[in-house]
Amino acid sequence: MSAPELQGISLLRYLWRQLTSMRTALILLLILGLASIPGSLFPQRTQSPLKVREYFESDPTGAKWMDRFYLFDVYGSPWFSAIYILLFISLIGCVVPRSWHYFREIFKAPASAPSSLSAMEGFQEVDGELSSAERWLKSKHFRIVREGNSIAAEKGYIRETGNLVFHLSLIVVLLGIAGSSVFGMRGEAIVNVGERFINTPTSYDNLTPGRFFSISNLPPFTIKADNFDATYNPETNAPENYELKVTIQDGIGTPEVKRLVRVNEPLTFGSTRVYLQANGYSPLVTVKDLNGAVKFEGPVPFLPQDANLTSIGAIKVPDMDPQVGFVGSFLPTAARDKVRGGFSSFPELLDPRLLVSVWKGDLKMDTGVPQSVYRIDTEDMERIGLWALSIGETYQFEVGSITFNGVIPWVNLQVVRDPGKQYALIGSILAIIGLMISLFVRQRRIWVREVNGKLEIAGLALNRLPGLEDEINKMANEIKEKK
Amino acid sequence: MTKTDWAYVSNDLVYGALFIYTISFIFYTYETAFAVRANKEGASSAIDRTTTLKSSKIATTVFVVATLVLFLGVIARGVSASRVPWSNMYEYSISGALTFALAYLIVGRKYDLRWLGLPISIAVLLILGTAITLLYRPSAPLVPALQSTWLVVHVAAAILSGGVFLLSNTVAATYLWLDRMERKGERTPFAKRLPSLEMLDQLSYRLVAFVFPLWTFAVIAGAIWAEAAWGRYWGWDPKETWAFITWILYAAYLHARVTAGWKGRKAAWLCLLAGSTYLFNYVYVNVWGTGRHTYSGL
Repeated sequence: MSAPELQGISLLRYLWRQLTSMRTALILLLILGLASIPGSLFPQRTQSPLKVREYFESDPTGAKWMDRFYLFDVYGSPWFSAIYILLFISLIGCVVPRSWHYFREIFKAPASAPSSLSAMEGFQEVDGELSSAERWLKSKHFRIVREGNSIAAEKGYIRETGNLVFHLSLIVVLLGIAGSSVFGMRGEAIVNVGERFINTPTSYDNLTPGRFFSISNLPPFTIKADNFDATYNPETNAPENYELKVTIQDGIGTPEVKRLVRVNEPLTFGSTRVYLQANGYSPLVTVKDLNGAVKFEGPVPFLPQDANLTSIGAIKVPDMDPQVGFVGSFLPTAARDKVRGGFSSFPELLDPRLLVSVWKGDLKMDTGVPQSVYRIDTEDMERIGLWALSIGETYQFEVGSITFNGVIPWVNLQVVRDPGKQYALIGSILAIIGLMISLFVRQRRIWVREVNGKLEIAGLALNRLPGLEDEINKMANEIKEKK
Repeated sequence: MTKTDWAYVSNDLVYGALFIYTISFIFYTYETAFAVRANKEGASSAIDRTTTLKSSKIATTVFVVATLVLFLGVIARGVSASRVPWSNMYEYSISGALTFALAYLIVGRKYDLRWLGLPISIAVLLILGTAITLLYRPSAPLVPALQSTWLVVHVAAAILSGGVFLLSNTVAATYLWLDRMERKGERTPFAKRLPSLEMLDQLSYRLVAFVFPLWTFAVIAGAIWAEAAWGRYWGWDPKETWAFITWILYAAYLHARVTAGWKGRKAAWLCLLAGSTYLFNYVYVNVWGTGRHTYSGL
């Protein structure tokens, strides 16, 4: 028996070999596929936070348990990460030595003829000479080794190159993905039309930097939203075109440039791109106290809830005494029915209406707990009014007044820095090329042996693609003719 | 002609194709039924091969005509909306049925696939029938996210792959059916006219090997498009997730065949499993699913 330390090392070595075997890599790949299924069946926080909230509202205990297993964050969960990190290690451990193997295969001489050719594919005996067989194989660019009375020939070595390229490029893809998450960043900001977005951390509504991305490295560009045009199909209400006109400045002191941003045409600043992701409306309101002093004035972004841009939002006026908050919904084209109450029937501003309920009391804005700007916690507040405002209308309530001055659109800009994506792309393209080569190139061996004045010919199709027998028949015929 | 006229022409052509496929289906049924009936009479020599051969030839000719009409219908749909005709589930279905039928005809030029005519005409009828009755939506312009050249490339690759995957699945299913029959004893006289197990095994593998790079390309093209439209090339959207699962399973299938030497029954089951994830993706995400790939208009 060896010493316990050695046992430890050999155990590790054993585990490493198991982990990096191709079988394990394939099984891990299958498990990764399996593990990604729940994320497609349950709503994910990163994709549809509203649907996740519905789960929590309709079944709090169930949702809590599901949350414990990360069923709402599958792709960021520890168990999912564990699988893909294992896969990553296993792939590298499997692919790198294999690549070396493939690399050597490229230069390898054809394997010498097996002792009995009759058991191989396409076996036949013909009258002919070894030298004419060799000439034929040479003219077809086979790699040839002659050993005494037999010839070993092989063709289709590029298939090994294909294998090599495919497996190595998988690693390039993985490195690209890893690079993006570590050195990249993504963030979102709602910008009212007419306002300027300055690329600094405070301009963002949310910002997710990668582990090694320093926020101070945000490139110093600015984007001014000059105009936003949305057109909708009058029959289906579906959007037909979104067009955002902007003035950009790529760094301080550089000239301003006018640009057009559309859904499939983002702005590019070096390795950072800016996407037009969503849009909505910001009602313009003025809130005054009883003395007529303006306590709040400006656009308030409301969040769309459906395709017709029925939107919800909140207007908070902490400077009034008592504090006042407005819980609102905004309808670009107001309609009403018994089931839904007020709703919007078309996404354009045909008959805009701002519905507000007025609350007084404590807005709890100085508790230090981060608050949603679209909601008000009305638990300790008292409702003092309810009204539907048209543009230009003013509503008087107990401690002041609110005027609905107009509406401007807002756009949601998504800013993404993804430095690994080129590598992921190059890796994937190389992977396809390598894959096609390894799937479609026929790699085959042909052996010829002279026995009692006759030639025995047979072969082996290394990747089981058909065509070898035809080739051998053709070869046999041509050798016969030569004779 | 106005755009609406083109949309009507397209509808008429698709209905027409459905009708002609039905005729083809009747001839295929006649052919199959005849062979099977001869079987009941006992000796295999009782099969009247000339009758069935004629019927099968008529069936295939009618099938070609139907496919041609469907092709024109798909084109007209594209003209009516001045774009490629595969931007919602209805259009995807008629285009998918077309590629499936074409794959059958093209592969049928090299291999004798007339025996597959009956199941394939049934499948085409089902796809077209569902499309017309449940999935139909009027021809409409594209939503902004779909206004991209990638719509042509990405979706076309996905539809073509789907057509061939479906064909490969049909072959694999036939393999399993005949394999079961052979294990129980002899093939029925009708089944004797079908190709050997080995040929079916090879054919379903070759179809997958042929189309797998195209499917890989469809996924990558989708990623490139998603990067331009949604700001990320991979976001585990349900459709992406299932496309990935389909990819993994077919990759495993190819690996199992080439490296581990799988063939026959095990391989056929794996092939069916992989193909069914494609179908699941097509139905689930559009009908019940969420995510950004929901363009069915349902």
